Amino acid sequence: MSRSSSVGSPTPPSPPNRKGRAGGTRTAVRGDRRTALYDLPGPLARRRHRAYGLLTAAALAALLGWLVYLLFATGQFTATKWAPFAYVGIQDLLLRGLGNTLKAFAYAAVLSLALGAVLACGRLSDHRAVRVLATLVVEFFRAMPVLVMIFFIFVALKVQPLPALVAGLTLYNGSVLAEVFRTGVNSVERGQREAAYALGMRKTQVMTYVLVPQAVRAMLPTIISQLVVALKDTSLGFLITYEEFLHAGKLIASNLDYDLPFIPVVMVISPIYIGMCMLLSWFAHWLAGRQRRNPRTRAAGAVPASPETLLPGVR
Amino acid sequence: MDVLTQNFSLYARGFLGTLELTVYASLLALALGFVMAACRVSPVGSLRALGTVWVTVLRNTPLTLLFFAVVLGLPRFGLVLPFQLFAVLALGCYTSAFICEVLRSGINTVPVGQGEAARSLGMSFGQTLGGIVLPQAFRSVIPPIGSTLIALAKNSAIAGAFSVTELLGTYKPLNEMGYGIVWTFVWIAVGYLIITLAISGLFHVLEKRYGAAR
Repeated sequence: MSRSSSVGSPTPPSPPNRKGRAGGTRTAVRGDRRTALYDLPGPLARRRHRAYGLLTAAALAALLGWLVYLLFATGQFTATKWAPFAYVGIQDLLLRGLGNTLKAFAYAAVLSLALGAVLACGRLSDHRAVRVLATLVVEFFRAMPVLVMIFFIFVALKVQPLPALVAGLTLYNGSVLAEVFRTGVNSVERGQREAAYALGMRKTQVMTYVLVPQAVRAMLPTIISQLVVALKDTSLGFLITYEEFLHAGKLIASNLDYDLPFIPVVMVISPIYIGMCMLLSWFAHWLAGRQRRNPRTRAAGAVPASPETLLPGVR
Repeated sequence: MDVLTQNFSLYARGFLGTLELTVYASLLALALGFVMAACRVSPVGSLRALGTVWVTVLRNTPLTLLFFAVVLGLPRFGLVLPFQLFAVLALGCYTSAFICEVLRSGINTVPVGQGEAARSLGMSFGQTLGGIVLPQAFRSVIPPIGSTLIALAKNSAIAGAFSVTELLGTYKPLNEMGYGIVWTFVWIAVGYLIITLAISGLFHVLEKRYGAAR
């Protein structure tokens, strides 16, 4: 933030703002793509760019065509390989798998939100012992691969696949969400807290009436992006034999009667999986755009939806 | 403690497997991410579309599904490679999408005026890029790249389930030999902690050395 104070550096045209906001307003206000890399292209450059564009588009189309040809050449579109999807029993199997995936996601989402709230309270506590304990828990579970936790719970504690999956996801995502909540509360302007105390509110009242509502509103896109991570990670259940979507696909794919329809299964499953995650991601993105224009988030500053680069060690 | 000392070679093999996977996949992810970031900020429309599709699809793909498709799917096209190479491909491609976004936002943090000033001094595109834009972008992307690579190291655990030698997979033979499961996992956890802490230490040093003063 102290770029303006560093001596001798040229003053940037736009004030050094929060990263997300600066990017947002720059593109929103100018409406045109402006980067430090090149000037807005003139007519000649635009013609050249169009030529490059056509060339690369042709190359990409050729690549795509080659892939489709490869699919045909290796016989992926034969009737036997696609026949299983016409059977009601197999459709049921897939739908049950999808239902199990969504069930695990729902449990994991609710529980990790709850755990995140608890851990965030711990980290924001005034009592040193609680704070240290919560910090240790959060840091440990964020540093561990989520799969190690799931395997540990599954193998060492000998629980069923679903509870193991949900517990592993909850511990990991809960710890990450705790950090998100904490960052949100800390990013609320200091004046809000001071004003609330000056009005005679108690510690808990300040938290629940003033800080948390603003923090949650500001961090909502990030929270949802983290839930996308949880949704993606439910597929880890496949590795501990939880009967989820991928597991159902594997069952169909390893069926000799249908000539091992592996590629067709991937072509059916992945659009559904990716589509679900994309929907949720887009929702987070849309929410972030809405929040940025919302005057209510001004005190906390809406954060762009990106769980990946939020904190060290976060996926 | 017995578990570690008596099976040190097994643990060491798993540890080295994870380390190799992490290093190779990081290199692939950095290279591919750089190319894709270049596509995403280029003035050519179809390249931008390619970058956007790459990032959007891969970021929303569960890594297990990607492993599933790559490890079990590519052999159907007659492409038979060692499992480890498949794992590096899957991990590298997956992480490249995140690296691409980090690099792109790093380039976008460079104020437009810097590029304009460089060009008004008569610098060519290459000079502007190499002398002005990338050095400034590099400073701001160090911490997020570090956390992305840490995530990659943690994600490499999935490869163990697809017959690649790596750290998490060592629990299976140890479990069959009848060692205590808890201690087996404790040492696995320590192994992962060593790798992730090493990466975070490395990037702390880089940040200290090159990071922007803020």
